[in-house]
Amino acid sequence: MLSQNSAARHAEMKLSSLSRERIFALALIAPCFLFVVVFAFYPILYSFYLSLHRIILGIPSLGQPFTGLENYRDLLHDRIALHSLANTLLFVFISTFLEILFGLIIALVINRHFRGRGMVRAAILVPWAIPTVVSSQMWRFIFNDQYGLLNYILYGSDTSRYSAWLADPVYAFSAIVAADVWKTSSFAALLILAGLQVIPDELYEAARMDGAGAWQRFRRITLPLVKPAILVALLFRTMDAFRVFDLVFVMTQGGPADSTNVLQFYGYKKMFTEGLMGYGSTISVVVFLMALAVTLLYIRVMGKGMLKAENA
Amino acid sequence: MPEHAGSPFMNRVPFFATTFVVVFMSLLPFAWFLNTSLKTPIEVTAIPPVLVPSGTLHSYRSAITEYNLLHFVRNSLIVAGLTTFFTILISVFAGYALARLRLRYRGPIMGSLLLVSMFPQISIAGPVWRILHALGWLNSYQGLVLPYVTLTLPLGVWILAVFFRELPDELEDAARIDGCSHVQTLFRIMIPLAAPGVFTAAILVFIYAWNEFFFALLIMTQQKFQTLPVGIALFQGQYTLPWGEIAAASTVATVPLVLLVFLFQKRIVRGLSAGAVK
Repeated sequence: MLSQNSAARHAEMKLSSLSRERIFALALIAPCFLFVVVFAFYPILYSFYLSLHRIILGIPSLGQPFTGLENYRDLLHDRIALHSLANTLLFVFISTFLEILFGLIIALVINRHFRGRGMVRAAILVPWAIPTVVSSQMWRFIFNDQYGLLNYILYGSDTSRYSAWLADPVYAFSAIVAADVWKTSSFAALLILAGLQVIPDELYEAARMDGAGAWQRFRRITLPLVKPAILVALLFRTMDAFRVFDLVFVMTQGGPADSTNVLQFYGYKKMFTEGLMGYGSTISVVVFLMALAVTLLYIRVMGKGMLKAENA
Repeated sequence: MPEHAGSPFMNRVPFFATTFVVVFMSLLPFAWFLNTSLKTPIEVTAIPPVLVPSGTLHSYRSAITEYNLLHFVRNSLIVAGLTTFFTILISVFAGYALARLRLRYRGPIMGSLLLVSMFPQISIAGPVWRILHALGWLNSYQGLVLPYVTLTLPLGVWILAVFFRELPDELEDAARIDGCSHVQTLFRIMIPLAAPGVFTAAILVFIYAWNEFFFALLIMTQQKFQTLPVGIALFQGQYTLPWGEIAAASTVATVPLVLLVFLFQKRIVRGLSAGAVK
């Protein structure tokens, strides 16, 4: 009787300790939750609301009349916006592809034990740590038409042959891709390296005993096992490439002839230079939806990839 | 003993060649800028380029007196410092709750944090600007720190959640048995143990806030409040770009980060892969 009673009381205490733990946990995440809701989720919804109105910051007397989907219709006929969209997608594809490729090569190189490995790792982290604005100014200086290092390397002191790289549409776009690849390949390398380091050495040993060549070992062991890490790096790099802004702002201001205009820069100009808050928000919403779609796609693919890796 | 363990298809010569090229390419562009910052104005634009600068501090002096460099540095220190403090404070609590307490909707919470870290900034720029405008906080430190805290929380919470999860259960259980309350367990036992994680997260958050440009550009339109990246991006000479001064300011903005990287590269790598892989 007595023991039954104490057992019941024990259960009751356990229950209350569980709910006390839950309340404590909620209190601990509340500040984080508050920040994210007020400054991230609410603004997303608010962007959508703004995109359905005509709001011009320079003309407050206009109020903010509801215009339905008019801004979206205008966006479809906005040649610069469509051009910026094409540029953004091209930038995302080319820069991410190159970053993952170089990242994989760098990771394979530094994934072994050698003296000075820490120093090498720190050196390749330098581009990642440099503020993007600084690296943008740095590359702009290197690409300078009159005294840039690139012109000197290519043409020596023959200044008559010097080229204004950032004034040419194709070269300007390539310059931005190059600056981005330089800055972020090392980040990709570190994520891929984390994946390489969990592959047990015994696998390579066994493969070598079985007479597998270097290329076979890479194809059959390294690549499949490092795939999840590559996907993670790909996801992070893709999302980061979508929001390219600093490079464009500093190096080209979207020019020449909008050849380096990208959505984030175009939206910024519409909203904050021209004061078209409503129309600019339309661009915000479109960029958000694209980013969301890509994230969900990756997470689906990665989910499957991880499952396969665990089963194997 | 195999001559190397990890990557299977490289032997000595190509290995050192690749390593050399990678290190060289990583360091050369910035070394060139650092070199430029130590040149006289005439050396900066000379063709052929001057390889060994005269070592003058002219550009630094000019950046300080003509372009208010120290003022930008001060603003950056304030904004990045406050952001780091508040993000870490909030992340320690949230990371602990998500890693070690029984909490509903843990998955969706971690997922939505990941989503926040993926947002293109433009998708929240207009509304954030409007909120801060309504509060009268454009051109104020808190006006920039609030969005920075929000944007760095995913990083902080993920890293700390991973660190807290790796701590052994026994210590926490022992504390409970000794009659410690949840609050006491957190402050007396868990937070001191998570100090390395806190430090790692703090470095990464600080670097993010120190480097951020987009929101700083929107929110700080008066020079009085602008941070270093905004200052460097908007450097304008009267007729030509003051490359020597830009290079000097860039060096000032970068050297602290390069030091952090060389001192703490192991931590940084672990933090980045904790935030990304797990």
